[in-house]
Amino acid sequence: MSLVITDLHAAIDGNEILRGLSLEVPKGEVHAIMGPNGSGKSTLSKVVAGHEDYEVTGGSVTMDGEDLLELEIDERSRAGLFLAFQYPAEVPGVTMANFIRAARQARLPEGEEIDAVAYYQELYQKMDQLGIDRKFTSRSVNEGFSGGEKKRNEVLQMMMLEPHYCLMDETDSGLDIDALKVVANGVNSMRSPERGFLVITHYQRLLDYIEPDHVHVLAKGQIVRSGGKELALELEQKGYDFLKEEVAVGG
Amino acid sequence: MSEAILDSGTQEAIEIDRSKGDFSYPESHKYDAGRGLSAATIDYICDVKEDPDWVRQFRHRALETFESKPMPTHWATKDLENIDFDIIRYYLSDGTKPTRSWDEVPDDIKETFERLGIPEQERAFLAGVEAQYDSEAAYSNVKEELEKDGVIFVNSTEGLKEYEEIFRPWFGKVIPTGDNKFSALNSAVFSGGSFIYVPKGVKVRHPLQAYFRINSENFGQFERTLIICDEGSEMTYMEGCTAPKFETATLHSAVVELVAMKDAKLQYITVQNWSSNVFNLVTKRGIAHENAEVRWIDCNIGSRLTMKYPGVVMKGRRARGEVISIALANSGQHQDTGAKMIHAADETTSNVVSKSISVGEGRSTYRGQVHIPKHLKGCRNNTECDALLINASSQTDTYPAITVRGNQHATQHEASVSQVSEEMLFYLQQRGLSEGEAMSLAVNGFVNDLVREFPMEYSVELKRLIELEMEGSVG
Repeated sequence: MSLVITDLHAAIDGNEILRGLSLEVPKGEVHAIMGPNGSGKSTLSKVVAGHEDYEVTGGSVTMDGEDLLELEIDERSRAGLFLAFQYPAEVPGVTMANFIRAARQARLPEGEEIDAVAYYQELYQKMDQLGIDRKFTSRSVNEGFSGGEKKRNEVLQMMMLEPHYCLMDETDSGLDIDALKVVANGVNSMRSPERGFLVITHYQRLLDYIEPDHVHVLAKGQIVRSGGKELALELEQKGYDFLKEEVAVGG
Repeated sequence: MSEAILDSGTQEAIEIDRSKGDFSYPESHKYDAGRGLSAATIDYICDVKEDPDWVRQFRHRALETFESKPMPTHWATKDLENIDFDIIRYYLSDGTKPTRSWDEVPDDIKETFERLGIPEQERAFLAGVEAQYDSEAAYSNVKEELEKDGVIFVNSTEGLKEYEEIFRPWFGKVIPTGDNKFSALNSAVFSGGSFIYVPKGVKVRHPLQAYFRINSENFGQFERTLIICDEGSEMTYMEGCTAPKFETATLHSAVVELVAMKDAKLQYITVQNWSSNVFNLVTKRGIAHENAEVRWIDCNIGSRLTMKYPGVVMKGRRARGEVISIALANSGQHQDTGAKMIHAADETTSNVVSKSISVGEGRSTYRGQVHIPKHLKGCRNNTECDALLINASSQTDTYPAITVRGNQHATQHEASVSQVSEEMLFYLQQRGLSEGEAMSLAVNGFVNDLVREFPMEYSVELKRLIELEMEGSVG
């Protein structure tokens, strides 16, 4: 049971960004992807989630054996794929409580309704865990949210929707150290043999709190190195510059 | 952004979703004025309705005015020219008198109302019901409490006969017959509609409610409503419309006049969902006397063409006028709506908030008129109009006309046109909502602050209507 990406090629406006990327995230594991700006990190998460601006020009993505590329964006979501956005969109006029409720409702069989009392109990409990104020439920989705609030909100949704695979795109950016700890605790509480994580980050800092099982280095649309969590530390010390030499040598 | 225009299958699906209003029973009208409009038609209507002479004269004068006025196509849409006044039937009635108890209502009419859900709604909320079936009120009921307070809630026919001393001084005064071609038409052939009088100091706690529907093909419905809130009184009136769909165009042309005396508060709420072949050409205006308030809360969904610009004449010092409106235009529909705010006294305040949504090839137009003359001081107007375009082929246009003379006033005008962004849709879909559900949620968010102004049961229905309209808007 894994999220398997095989020889994935993807382009936007004719520019190839992913150039034969392969990766396997089994359930129960946390994989981190690190890489310099422009290496294709965010593209990877959007392509796997199904963003229509990107054209998949080769390769495959499967989730527990199911061909993800054949599914619509919302079908991928309901099948158990969650993307925590780096820059989540604002949805004016739609409250957070109604938004998350609509997402939960979309997962129920036709004709079945959410139990409102149980829903709010669960929502409040998870908000407490993430240190989110109760007033948050009646605010419009992401509208006027600080960077930290947006990221907490993404993790809250992830906790409420209980996906099988979580893609987290630069969830640490814009967070101060206290918020980072809270968010990391939330993620760690979700770690389970039934769930896989792909954590995309530019900095090693996040990985101090969400300890990865594997670390991959992305450069120019390919995984150029894979290793244990010590690889993240190595990157932190050496910076990304040494990769350029490796890629140049490899290429 | 999807470029798909509604295909025939989708359009059909949308129409089927209107099925709640899409039924009609075999018609057996005791009185039928026939097709077309002439002095004889007016006499027929007067005879059947046993109108007093002053009303007969009023109607005949109005017919002359109607015939002398050109179609306003120099500024309005040319589609008006497609109304064939000669094939419309101007008066139909089964002759039954308005009844006050549900048991007295004829069975097939009762069945129609039951399918529209009126009895439940009445039990839940209504203080009184005035439901119009074809041209005569088939059912009307004012709760004892209101009668005790002296509140009059009857149809306009009963109003002009039984309460002439209250009715006549205001009738046709807020909206003169010659205001426009369609107010003249209504003045000539009106039947049905409500007459309400709220005595001094009476605060009606529950909204009064009326349902209108059209049941005869090519049958123009010309209801006439006059509401008077006497000094210091308060009242909310709600009007909802459903109509069965027809193969040929149907004309609906109402006139609604509101009078708020000193310190009174009058609120008029409309949710309208006409089938997409109806011409809906309505004149609505209120007069607010000193320190009085008139609010129009208006939602227009459906119809082939709606032209409606609720207005408030602020005649007394510190009077307030407000128009809050939502319009949704789908393919084949044109919502031409707006507001008229006429400041006629010092320190008067008006507020206009308009939001429109254009879907498919739908077109929404905002026309606003704000008038503040030079000799006044301390007047304020705020106007906001926001348009949301769903598809690449959707249209919107805005014609604000704000005339402010003198320098002792404050006006503010904001307008925006927006689209549901691709990033917003991606975000919503990534959370598991289908493209249609995502679009519905985004659109409901767009109008949410206005929907909250509607009473609970209307806001729920509104959200559902918007969801139905958004189905098939993406592809």
